[in-house]
Amino acid sequence: MEHLYDILNQVDGYIYPNEIALQWGILIVLYPYITGLVAGAFILASLERVFKVKVLRPTYHLALLTALAFLLVAGLPLISHLGHPLRAYEILMTPHFSSAMAIFGFVYLWYLMAVLLLEIWFDYRRDLVIWSQQSTGIKRRIYKILTLGVTDISPKALEWDEKLGYIITVIGVPSAFLLHGYVGFIFGSIKANPWWSTVMMPVIFLLSAMVSGIALVMFMYMVISRIRKVKIDMACLDEIGKFLFLVLILDFTLESLDQVHRIYEAEESFEILHLLVTGKLTYTLLIFQGLMGTVIPLLILGFFRISLPEEKVRKPLYFLASSLVLFGVFFMRWNVVIGGQLFSKSFLGFTSFKLGMVGLEGFWMALFWMILPFMILSLLLWLLPPWKKQLG
Amino acid sequence: MGDKRMKDSRRNFIKRTAALAGTILATSALKPFSAVIFATGKPEDPSKPWYGIGIDIEKCIGCGMCAKACKLENDISQEPFYFRSWVEQYTIRTDGTIKVESPNGGIDGFTQSVPDEEIYKTFFVPKMCNHCAKSPCTQVCPVGATYESPEGIALVDEKYCMGCSYCVQACPYGCRYLHPETKTADKCTLCYHRITKGLQPACMEVCPTHARIYGDLNDTEGELYKFLKEHNCQILKPHLNTGSKLFYNGLSSEVR
Amino acid sequence: MPVQLKTLLPLFALFILLFLIARHFLIPESFGKYGHYRADSMDEIAVLPIHYAGKSVCIECHDTEAEMLESDQHAGLSCEICHGPNAKHADDYDVKEFLVKDGSRIFCGRCHAVNAARKLENVIQVDVVEHHPEKENCTDCHNPHAVWEIKE
Repeated sequence: MEHLYDILNQVDGYIYPNEIALQWGILIVLYPYITGLVAGAFILASLERVFKVKVLRPTYHLALLTALAFLLVAGLPLISHLGHPLRAYEILMTPHFSSAMAIFGFVYLWYLMAVLLLEIWFDYRRDLVIWSQQSTGIKRRIYKILTLGVTDISPKALEWDEKLGYIITVIGVPSAFLLHGYVGFIFGSIKANPWWSTVMMPVIFLLSAMVSGIALVMFMYMVISRIRKVKIDMACLDEIGKFLFLVLILDFTLESLDQVHRIYEAEESFEILHLLVTGKLTYTLLIFQGLMGTVIPLLILGFFRISLPEEKVRKPLYFLASSLVLFGVFFMRWNVVIGGQLFSKSFLGFTSFKLGMVGLEGFWMALFWMILPFMILSLLLWLLPPWKKQLG
Repeated sequence: MGDKRMKDSRRNFIKRTAALAGTILATSALKPFSAVIFATGKPEDPSKPWYGIGIDIEKCIGCGMCAKACKLENDISQEPFYFRSWVEQYTIRTDGTIKVESPNGGIDGFTQSVPDEEIYKTFFVPKMCNHCAKSPCTQVCPVGATYESPEGIALVDEKYCMGCSYCVQACPYGCRYLHPETKTADKCTLCYHRITKGLQPACMEVCPTHARIYGDLNDTEGELYKFLKEHNCQILKPHLNTGSKLFYNGLSSEVR
Repeated sequence: MPVQLKTLLPLFALFILLFLIARHFLIPESFGKYGHYRADSMDEIAVLPIHYAGKSVCIECHDTEAEMLESDQHAGLSCEICHGPNAKHADDYDVKEFLVKDGSRIFCGRCHAVNAARKLENVIQVDVVEHHPEKENCTDCHNPHAVWEIKE
């Protein structure tokens, strides 16, 4: 309660008395961020498989495992922020279909169970069978369980793996679009909030998700190659850079269009949103998201389209660009979630938000949720190393 | 536009826009136009009560007793962050700037904060749940823990609410909050526990000037029906099409 | 049918079956009776205790005050505006902990202090500081139940 009194003293103008406390904090910033990384990484993987961009082969499995690691965590900050986390099951029992949030449980489960897990399973089944024969002890047992008892690795069975896996990936592409476009709709459908309520929101969320997911795979590929001390496949990295550039342009264009439209129409909410952007969101929107997260990476990646410098220069710049994009997209989520709650729905004033360090909604907890998927990813890479897969 | 004739028409203020639109469409030879879609909305069963609220801004003296009584009646935390009902004072200065204030929701009363000579106009606006007929808050509840009762009252099931706060975000009027103890969404119930016993809601019981009434919109003999007929009422944020059933007499355009 | 599906399909079927069973037991009984909500919750809200008894209850005992009230300017006011919520007092006369008897300038000023937003036709207003500063409280002169019966 203490901190609410502090905020009460920092209110600018007039806000409705119930608006002093922000309902959604850092955990809800993480939720679309993490879900976006999942969708983006998956779409990158599908480029290789469905759209036959063969040069991306080295990152295909990495992208899938990254998507899985992040998806396993995606729902946790969401559930832990609830007033009653133990009642979360209700969303599966009595989903209220007029609510944009209601089918999240089903979309999540569909994506996890019917898409990601299945695709990875079909991809790895033969290796699981082989590894379960080669390894010993606990690892052997885990591989055995993961095969689900399907140990047939005859050419015919493997052909089915390929065929079914492909079908799943094809289904997975619209599913990934659904997963994240849907997250955007949760915000975009709130007509009470002019900062959120735009038909562009799902599209913007989807594109920024692709941007962040592609950047994450690029980032992970470089880090893992460094750790494994293997040479980075520059053709692959350049290709990822190309796609990142393309999607970043689309994302930037649509987000700009959204803002230009807002400014030009200048509806009732314009004045307060203008004050929001030039005041409370100056750093996070204009500097972090706009300049660092979008313009600088665009310049770097765009420059590579014009003339490709030597590898020594490209690598650190790719690393920088992907890190900046990841940083920028995080603040894009921040600006949507936090920014949308800073101004009063009376359009007459602002409350403020200060991220605490401790507690369930604090910085350390948020950091934990951000580190957890990387830990899960290392576990997955240890268990299912893409580089030890049989060729073929 | 024949103000008098309009006044005589039944439930004129709700249907005014609709009637106008209806005339235009009818003359354009389209099929007969249902005015209801522009109106508040209709209850499923017109033989049963369907409640709305009328607040007369002309009468409000800003004593804040309604906001105080609301907290006492409903055992709401006295901390200044949780209000089912509150009062705002709007002051438009002669230089055109607007000052809005609601110190502790008006619970401790108001002291005039702008000197007389700087005031262009000033008035109080009591706020509470609008009990919308097309309520955005109940629409977004993912589990069905908040709902519109058959009497048209938006209620929260505190044993089922999981505290996601989506409804708090969806209410355009700032009428919801997350209860600090139950960790569930909380809001005005129009004193459901009182009106079902034949009592007035607490805020109306204690209003010294009878500036607020509630009543059955289906009851053509009722007090609210009469109030709506005799005054030119307006709802808050009509462009959001929430089907608000809280009707203000004398609402100034500055009010949000 | 490929071997993979022979394992996966029953697994998914089992998963869906378990979900349906859980659903059957976890949905509250009265859910969906009137709409997409737990109908019982309306009854739970309806039985919450009341704190404001209402004027009709007060005047059953306090008939003298009620009569006096109706004779003067404060006619039509509910008792609990000034005296606070007293349903407990109505149930048991000896419970008086919530009974307010405040005749101070601040308390009466909630309605009667000068404020440009108060319309004169709605309420009589005085400067609560300057008005007869020789007396401390409003009730030193005014009887709140019959305000124009000035005490000497």
